[in-house]
Formats: sequence, C-alpha cells, structure tokens
Amino acid sequence: MKKTLFEKIWEPHVIEEIADGLALIYIDLHLVHEVTSPQAFEGLRLNSRKVRRPELTVATIDHNVPTSDRTNIKDPIAKKQIEALRANCKQFGVPLYDIDNLNQGIVHVIGPELGLTQPGMTIVCGDSHTSTHGAFGALAFGIGTSEVEHVLATQTLVQKKPKTMSINVNGELPSGVTSKDLILHIISKIGVAGGTGHAIEFTGETFENMSMEARMTVCNMTIEGGGRAGMIAPDEKTFEYVAEKKFAPKGSNFDRFVEIWKELKTDKDAKFDSVIDLECSDMEPHISWGTNPGQVIEVNSSVPDPSSFDSPEEIDNAQNALEYMGLTAGQKISDVKIDRVFIGSCTNGRLEDLRSAAKIVEGKKINKDVRAMVVPGSGLVKILAEKEGLDKIFADSGFEWRDAGCSMCLGMNPDILSPQERCASTSNRNFEGRQGKGGRTHLVSPEMAAAAAIEGHFVDVRSWF
Amino acid sequence: MDPFVSHLGLVVPLDRANVDTDQIIPKQFLKRIEKTGFGEFLFYDWRYLEPGVLDPSFILNEDRYKGASILVSGTNFGSGSSREHAPWALLDYGFRVLIAPSFADIFRNNCFQNGILPIAIEKSNVDYLLGMASSTKSMGYELEVNLENNILKDEFDFTVSFEIDSFRKESLIKGQDEIARTLLSQEKISKFENNRTSRW
Repeated sequence: MKKTLFEKIWEPHVIEEIADGLALIYIDLHLVHEVTSPQAFEGLRLNSRKVRRPELTVATIDHNVPTSDRTNIKDPIAKKQIEALRANCKQFGVPLYDIDNLNQGIVHVIGPELGLTQPGMTIVCGDSHTSTHGAFGALAFGIGTSEVEHVLATQTLVQKKPKTMSINVNGELPSGVTSKDLILHIISKIGVAGGTGHAIEFTGETFENMSMEARMTVCNMTIEGGGRAGMIAPDEKTFEYVAEKKFAPKGSNFDRFVEIWKELKTDKDAKFDSVIDLECSDMEPHISWGTNPGQVIEVNSSVPDPSSFDSPEEIDNAQNALEYMGLTAGQKISDVKIDRVFIGSCTNGRLEDLRSAAKIVEGKKINKDVRAMVVPGSGLVKILAEKEGLDKIFADSGFEWRDAGCSMCLGMNPDILSPQERCASTSNRNFEGRQGKGGRTHLVSPEMAAAAAIEGHFVDVRSWF
Repeated sequence: MDPFVSHLGLVVPLDRANVDTDQIIPKQFLKRIEKTGFGEFLFYDWRYLEPGVLDPSFILNEDRYKGASILVSGTNFGSGSSREHAPWALLDYGFRVLIAPSFADIFRNNCFQNGILPIAIEKSNVDYLLGMASSTKSMGYELEVNLENNILKDEFDFTVSFEIDSFRKESLIKGQDEIARTLLSQEKISKFENNRTSRW
C-alpha cells in the first residue's frame, strides 16, 4: 500500500480507532503559551489530575509580552495571565522559557530553534499557527484549550483523520518574490476554507529549493487556507537544520534518526484526496487588499471590483472589506499610502526574514510619515541579528528594534494600530481589528514591507534587486 | 458540560461568510484566566459603538432577537485563531446551536468540547433559514434540533437531517468529559509509550 507523508506519521501514532474516522492519537510534543493554557491547568487542578508527560511539554510567554521595557508589565490582566503560567509550570513541572530567558520567543520560532521540532513527530499547541512545524515533516496543528487540557492529562488527542491534499508547485521564484508571496497566492487560489478538513502536503521543486525558514512561512499560513496541517517532506536541509540543536538527538543517535526520517516522504503513486498544481516562475509580489488572507492581489494590480467575484458570499465579503479597508475598486494598490510597518511574527520573524528586510533598507531612511518596527521572533533571533549588525541597519533607517514576542501580529500587548491606521505587515491575518480596532492590515513579505517603509506606499520590490 | 439532547430556540441570522474568531471575540478579552463571563464581549467590535453603548444596527442588538440561542451564519464560520474563548463567548451569551454551510476545523472541535452543537448543512438550506429568521413575516422564528435523530426542523415544512460523528454525538448527549473517557484507555496509552520507547 502506497502511503503519503501524512499517513506515514498518522498511522504509527494511532493508539485506538474510535469510530467514523476518529482516533485517539499520541502527541510527541506539546507547546504551551500563556493565553490558551490557564483554564486547562485549572481544569487539571479541579479534577486532581497531573501532567502526564511534563518532559514532552514546553512553555513560553509570547502573546502578551511587551516588546520594550519588560521589567514592568503595565496591563494588570496580562500580568496576571503571565504569572498564572509561571505558577502552573512550577506546580506541574513543565519547563518554561520565561521573559528573561534568551530562548524566550514566539512558540513557533523557538520550537524549531531549540531542536524540539523534529521530523515524524505529532506536535500540538493551543495556537492555530502550530502548522508552522510541518515544515520539518511533522504533523503539527492547533488545538483549543479543552484539548490542551486533554493533552496535558493524557498526552493524547481524539482527532478525526483529515483528508489529504497535495499542493504541487514547480518553477523558480523570481528574485524579490518569496515564500510569503507564494503562500498568499495559494490561499487566494484555494480560498480561506479551501483546505478545511485536509492535511496539506506541499510538494514540488519550488519547496525543495526553499530554505527551512521559507518552508516554515509556507506551512505557518496553511491554516489561513483552512488546512488542518501543512507539511513538507524532510530532506538534507531539514536534517542539517535540526543537527546540533539543543534538543536534537546527538552523535550516532542522530544518524540513526536520520535513517528513520529519510523514510518520511510520500511514496511514488500514493493517492491524495485532491491535488493542485501550480507554476511560480512568473509570480509577482503579493499584497492583501481585504480582510481575510484570501483577498490578495499582485503588486501591479488594482483593488478588485466586488462584482467581479463569483458567489454572493464573496461579493458581500469584498464589499465589506473595501469599506473597512478604506479602499476603492480600481485603485492601484501601489498608490496606497501606509502609516505603519510591522516586521515580525511566527510567519516572518526569523533571522532570514530580518536579513532580507535589512538588505532593502540598508543606507536608506524610512518615509517621514511612517512608523516602523522590527520585532524578532525570539530572543535568539534578536541576539544573532545583533551579531550581524542588523539592529543597527534598522535603527539607522528609522525602525524601532524591539524584544521578542507576537507583538503587533495580534496586538495583545501594547503594540497596536489606531483606528484607520494602515499597516504593511509581515504577519498572517488581516482580519478586521486584528492589529487594533479599526486598524487596516496589508499582508506582505518582509522585503515588500521594508520597501513600503522607505517609500511610504507599496512598491514592486523586484525593481530594487 | 451540560448534556445536549434536543433544543428549541429562537434563531438569529448573521448573514456573512468567513466570520473569524477575532470577530467573535477580539484579542483584548483573551487575557482573563477564567472560562466564564465572555458573553458580554461577544462580537465586541460589531456589537458596540463604544464601550457600553450597543450599536442598534447590529443584528444581535435588535429586540426581536433577544434571547436567541441558535445562530445561523455563512460559510467557514469560526475561521482563524484557535482561541476557545470564541465558543466560551457564544455559550455564555446563550447560544447552544450554530448552523452554517461549513465551519473551520479547530473552532468546530472547540464547540464540541463545550456542549455547543455546530450543524453544517447545505447552503441552500442555510439560505432558507437566513431568510426565515430575517423576514418580518416570521417574527420569533424558532428551530427545533433533535440530536438523537439528527433532525433540524421548523414549525412549517422545513426538515433536514444533519451529519455528526457518532463519538461527538454521544459525548454531547451524555455531556461527558472527554478526558475521563480517554483515561479509561490508560493501559493502551502506557503500552503504546513502552513500545515506542523501545522502537525509537
């Protein structure tokens, strides 16, 4: 029986089949953060339950943390939530990367960085962007707080076996066009619910040629296309990335693992429930114009006319989006002026992202009407970037250089947009109010965000290469 | 979790596709460490003009929908963030049943964990319900949900059956704690762990 990568991970993790395709599956790694865990730990306490495998559980503080002056958290409710995680980790013996630890950071940045994320694993976290870890050939997906409690108590989950989808992309991404542009393009093609109920495997030479960090950007945003999980088969790049990381297997044990990991690829002639083929050689940089991540256009295009969409639901969504975003159908997207720039998040807050953006802004000043900020994805990313002098490049051009966290991707900390402020953001969601009530988010790549910061409006960054 | 066997309730139509969990409950309300009290923040940015001032043009604020316990909405309801605060807010507000052409995966799972029944039915049927619940000719439009028979019907001639995994159905009907159920399989889990350790 020919198997897909997904099936090769799912099947050995099934403890028992339940019914109707539901199964009890084992979880290899459980990542925890302060926002979606307090009620789960409270549930354990109320029922006198323990954390079954605290050593397979890792916590950090990322959503709430200020990205400047963290010694004094002014928001009392945020502070209480952070203190609750500290107390819970202590009580239940869960390792915590606290604010003062150099490995504190966005949970999806530190997992791979620490070598916790490894091929073939099942990985969950109370956060939808857990799909990020699929870039290592792991089955990784977001769960709610009740399920967090379930994993804490049992190290298992009841899940419905998803269907499988392959998104096969060939061709070479042109200079200035990134994995972010590609995933935005994919979401615009399949729609924000196109992947619902599916584990999506990204196949083809375009993904094979990507760095691990670029692959993480793709898998991260799988959830924006509705996908239950996104995954890419592990290869030499994956093994090289994992090698020598803090929690990676060491020495001959590592070699033994690599032999197992090499089997984690879809067999030739294995069947997917659906297959999508794309070519990317002519692709342009993409920008979101609306209020969901499927409402995306190429940089040299104009804001679409709602009547150009097929279904009444899409037309209605587009009308609402234009009104909320303060845009007019037919307006060139490159004419749209911006007020803010945010470079960071679990989508594009890694070292490679910061390098790419720094290359664009080096020696230039940001537009006088723009306020721009860089928020490294983790403490480690920050230190490594500073070693290379990226902090200085950003600061010289007028960017604020911050501490690690989720920050303005969802604005749970003090980094938010004011009403009607327009932001070029490297994050993952342009929902209404996501970055602050009334705030207007345009999703772009780090290069596009950097160029927009300099010009004060969107530009085709390809002409800068 | 309260058992869910059948339900009769007032229907409110939220005719919009892709209602995401950021809309259901915005981020500023995710900092609480309790499960309760989220209802007043439900659809916050749509429901309030400013803190404490309801927007009369938002459908949930119309008098005729006061006390509604069944929400009908568009495709891909509950997309985006995994925040379980979304179903907590819906439940706390009074919703026990959600009806849409489709739901996002994580949100759907979260509903089951809280005794909320998400019903996915054909869009043409959802459109009928949206129409009935909006029309001024059918004020007080109610639906009856029978989970034991998988039947959704109104007092006119609308009857549809809906699909639900038998495990989820049983859990809802019993109002059972999923963790307690899984802990019955503890031996299997331990055996699995032991086999694994030796294999890896």
